[in-house]
Amino acid sequence: MREVLEGSQAVARTVARCRPGVVCAYPISPQTHIVEALSVMARTGELRDCEYVNVESEFSAMSVSIGASAAGSRAYTATASQGLLYMAEAVYNAAGMGLPIVMTVANRAVGAPINIWNDHSDAMAMRDSGWLQLYAADNQEAADLHVIAFAAAEELGIPAMVCMDGFVLTHATDVLELATQEQIDGFLPPYSPTQVLDIDRPTTIGTMAGPESFTETKYLQHLRFLDAADVVEAWSDRFTEAFGREAGGLAVRYDPDTLDRDRSAPPAGAEDLVVVAMGSVIGTLQEAIAPMRAEGLPVRLVGISAYRPFPREALKAALGESRHIVVIDRALELGSGGVLTGCVGRALAGTGSRIHSVVAGLGGRPILEGSLRDVIARALAGEQRGLEFLDLKTGGVPVPPVGATEVAR
Amino acid sequence: MSTVHIPFLQTGTLAVGGRLLDDAERSVQSQADRPSSLTRGHRACQGCAEALAARWVMDTAVEAADGRLVVANATGCLEVFSTLYPESAWKPPWIHSLFANAAAVATGIASSLHAQGRDDVRVLAQGGDGGTVDIGLAAVSGMFERNDDVLYVCYDNQGYMNTGVQRSSATPPSARTATTPAVGRQPGAPQGTGKSMVKIAMAHEIPYVASATVADLRDLEAKVRTAMSIHGARYLHVLVPCPLGWGSSSSESISLSRAAVQSGIFPVVEARAGELTDVQRIRERMDVEAYLRPQARFAHLFKPGGEDALNRWRALAEANIRRYDLLGGRP
Repeated sequence: MREVLEGSQAVARTVARCRPGVVCAYPISPQTHIVEALSVMARTGELRDCEYVNVESEFSAMSVSIGASAAGSRAYTATASQGLLYMAEAVYNAAGMGLPIVMTVANRAVGAPINIWNDHSDAMAMRDSGWLQLYAADNQEAADLHVIAFAAAEELGIPAMVCMDGFVLTHATDVLELATQEQIDGFLPPYSPTQVLDIDRPTTIGTMAGPESFTETKYLQHLRFLDAADVVEAWSDRFTEAFGREAGGLAVRYDPDTLDRDRSAPPAGAEDLVVVAMGSVIGTLQEAIAPMRAEGLPVRLVGISAYRPFPREALKAALGESRHIVVIDRALELGSGGVLTGCVGRALAGTGSRIHSVVAGLGGRPILEGSLRDVIARALAGEQRGLEFLDLKTGGVPVPPVGATEVAR
Repeated sequence: MSTVHIPFLQTGTLAVGGRLLDDAERSVQSQADRPSSLTRGHRACQGCAEALAARWVMDTAVEAADGRLVVANATGCLEVFSTLYPESAWKPPWIHSLFANAAAVATGIASSLHAQGRDDVRVLAQGGDGGTVDIGLAAVSGMFERNDDVLYVCYDNQGYMNTGVQRSSATPPSARTATTPAVGRQPGAPQGTGKSMVKIAMAHEIPYVASATVADLRDLEAKVRTAMSIHGARYLHVLVPCPLGWGSSSSESISLSRAAVQSGIFPVVEARAGELTDVQRIRERMDVEAYLRPQARFAHLFKPGGEDALNRWRALAEANIRRYDLLGGRP
């Protein structure tokens, strides 16, 4: 059934249909609508056999999720920005203990200056925390990704963040088709954790590991993470088969001409300039690139859906013969460039690719279709700098020129 | 038929007196099949009162829960000395997550068990004073305020002993620590006897709050039993001398605990819903010196210039005696 829904409502309903045992959260914009909706469902009984816990901080929200997951429940929470950083210690801890918690991150800038609007700096600060990070391009995918996230996280014993752009997606209303209860019950296996706090089989969880075993523990975590790409892809494929629409995946391909999402789209060619991006800016890029294609300009689009594990091989396969890349980045590695750019650069090391980093949409600055087209046109003309801040306002206080350094590998 | 409640007086061995009592009144430690929840092989220091208290608390709780107990532990000595991989000294299902979150992890466990319809399984959280009164206070307070079904036990050794004896907000006045050296003005808490978690817990009006020491293990046991007979948020504060941090002999952990109580420095109380319901009276009054002098952390009190601090300690003990009527009306 197609219905008009706010992104947060769509996520809340889908999460509820995944039958979490414990939902726990602390208020922070722009995540609040999701947990408000879940708390209502828990109180009305629509969300059955589920405890909704109001806590005093995000740190406790993640800690309650850790306890709940370790005690054998499917656990869910949501946060953003300062909240994600406030729970940082527990975020790492959940991953280290292999607890498959699912958390929505309604991506938002990190202060100072305090700013409640969208960019990706919050999730990027947690990029090495050991969580899967799946990015939604639109609200349909934001809802669908939660089903994939629970499935993949629980198979792997790795927690998963579903990242959706704050306000741009969370507060935007769209025509959506939600996975029904019956569909999710048929798709998502029941939560069957491997090691829990069981009185019949007592176990000690969270021991101290000294220098003689810490490296090996981290190596095992690394190996498990290497498996994660296959598992995320497999669940995404199963989702597409079961639901008849694409969601998730690793590096997302788009039809060269219609710019529609299409996993059978051919890889880019040697003549192509490829724009790589993740999150809701994909929609703007589809609009920006379509007319350029119509003019015959060799521009392709590749999305990153799974930022963690970073889909190195899938990205290379989608980029094909192309050696000219523009990365649209919503998070900044100070003194360096876009954060996603760094990952793309590492994946393409040794290929001789030229990579331009376009830092855009920080703190909710709208990313305009025309500005994107302008950047792409300049890249095609060879006039693109290595690092550029999209629509940077200039003309006031004199500052040194930016982006003098090529990020090219 | 009227009954008279006689306090069980600790006489040195566990079985003495126990055999004169009904089965239900006997110490769990007097039984051959005691749970030994914190079992042998851990790395606690000699004379560690935290290890002793934890064993009694846990065994009593395990027995009260009929073996159905899950434990969440904060980072600290207790965690470090009991679970260095690949070994564990814990028999019940036990989890350690972080320093500040034992109360919240316990809430998560309790919520999960409730959602699973397993209300027969009980949850205990425990930590030191650092993990409770300092870094973990927000999570503990949140758990209290929600009245989550968790018994939280704080083993208070009055400092960050695991990291090398630094000051915590439970460190009493004039106590020397690695971060409050005995030079210049008097070190330690500027007022009171350190942050009173018992009063803070009472202010939340949770169903049960109690304090205890290892000098009266039967009293500790009775309080755990009482706590386990109640649902909702419960708090137990246990004074646990630390030979390393206090600069005392490992043989003095019990006698120092007794001196803390008998001098009026550490009131042993019970409270329900924010109201004080029971106070252990001073049986044989001791001067604060009996508590302070054996501890090297207070050595500077007994040197020239230490009189003011010593008098302040006496005043603190007097204040406790008045506030809690520790002498029961006796002069």
